[in-house]
Amino acid sequence: MSATDRAASERILRLVLPVATLALGVVLWELVVQAYALPPYVLPGPRLVAETLAADWEVLSASLAATLITTFEGLALAVVGGIGLAILFNLSRPVEYALYPYAVILQVTPVLAIAPLLLIYLPQQGAVLACAWIVAFFPVLANTTLGLNSVDHNLANLYRLYGASRLQVLFHLKLPSALPHILAGIRIAGGLSLVGAVVAEIAAGSAGAGSGLAFRIAESGYRLNIPRMFAALFLLSIAGIVIFFALSGLSHLLLRRWHESAVVREG
Amino acid sequence: MALRDVAKTFANGVIALDGLDLDVRPGEFVSLLGPSGCGKSTALRLIAGLSEPSRGAIVWDESGAAPGRRDIGFVFQEPTLMPWATVARNVALPLTLRHAGASKAAPRVAAALERVGLASFRDAYPRELSGGMKMRVSIARALVTDADLLLMDEPFAALDEITRFKLNNDLLDLWQALGKTIVFVTHSVFESVYLSGRIVVMTPRPGRVFKELRVDAPYPRHESFRTSSDYAAYCRLASEALNQAMAVAA
Repeated sequence: MSATDRAASERILRLVLPVATLALGVVLWELVVQAYALPPYVLPGPRLVAETLAADWEVLSASLAATLITTFEGLALAVVGGIGLAILFNLSRPVEYALYPYAVILQVTPVLAIAPLLLIYLPQQGAVLACAWIVAFFPVLANTTLGLNSVDHNLANLYRLYGASRLQVLFHLKLPSALPHILAGIRIAGGLSLVGAVVAEIAAGSAGAGSGLAFRIAESGYRLNIPRMFAALFLLSIAGIVIFFALSGLSHLLLRRWHESAVVREG
Repeated sequence: MALRDVAKTFANGVIALDGLDLDVRPGEFVSLLGPSGCGKSTALRLIAGLSEPSRGAIVWDESGAAPGRRDIGFVFQEPTLMPWATVARNVALPLTLRHAGASKAAPRVAAALERVGLASFRDAYPRELSGGMKMRVSIARALVTDADLLLMDEPFAALDEITRFKLNNDLLDLWQALGKTIVFVTHSVFESVYLSGRIVVMTPRPGRVFKELRVDAPYPRHESFRTSSDYAAYCRLASEALNQAMAVAA
């Protein structure tokens, strides 16, 4: 077996094995439900969940869209806010000293505890967005700060030698060299933004308004519509996976020519 | 260009240089030779304006005025390339920072790359290049502003010997073709003798000039010089001077 053959079969295994595991799990699940004749309000089988997904697609797809839009808005604001704040910190020490502790406090306070408060003071959509932003912006801020501060000092000297202005150093040197860190932060933020949106929707859901997927889960729970809970949960997982791969793809696209993390090695 | 009684003390109290006097004449190839920690790199950084002397002054030509920092080309020990930029954009950096238009910069970048034999690699990224090629890019970047003075801080120290000899030859060719002034820092006796017209041997801690040696072998020098008895004799002289310099310090 040649090296390329082995690499190819390795790739196939990596694709086939998780799918096979999933199939096995689903089959077992269905068998258990049928064998014990479990009622759907205790545990619905995967087939019923799939049927519910199809039957309720109109409601659920609208909710999926709502959650995804909130997540991406939260992420976009987190990226802008995180990078913007990191740049500001990098340009001005006093600003960093004044604000950084509060960024940390915002991060370490559990968002689940902040959400009900936000719902009091903000319109619901605003509160959901704010939650998504709060949990998502810190990894962007922290990683961007790290990236901006880890510039190769020889390169920094070179820029100084050629009389670069502060803005030139920022845009030509610091931001490009921080890019891998920034993208890693955004990848974490994508998942967290979804978490933030879900948390806020759940909190809002108990107040009886909203339209996102997490709200559907809460609502279906009250109505003991367990199959729909599973269907909505399934869509949420899909949303998380899509976000993860979209951001990983973006990162790969931007770094593939030059950064070690994205370079395919031979031999 | 000259350094007059220059001293440099770092914030942590280390005296890197004390009473350093050094004259560099236009068009000369002069090497600063000394053990690690003798302040050769510090001297180079002072000349480049990357740090300020604690005492003494750096005097520039007749007018006495320092030319803009931009008229100096600096080659670091590492290639110091931006990994996210192509070879051409790396070489163009000094021009980009000066807001030179792309149309003005392009021919100069092409010419600089041509000089170091990398014209066909302009769109490659640094990680696709070997160590020697990266150093060539670094040299091309130092050449692109057409600075009269090149400062080189152990540029070939991290390269294998074969690559190093090749780059030594290429550097001599460049120097002769372009008539630059080169101040070359090295801790290699053999490299300093092969390249320079003058070797300044420095003592460590604090760094100052111990001895100056002239290498009167005519240019152009080629591989035949490397194996000549003249070369061996100069190397012995330089080695002895270096040993004495270290004995003085010890």
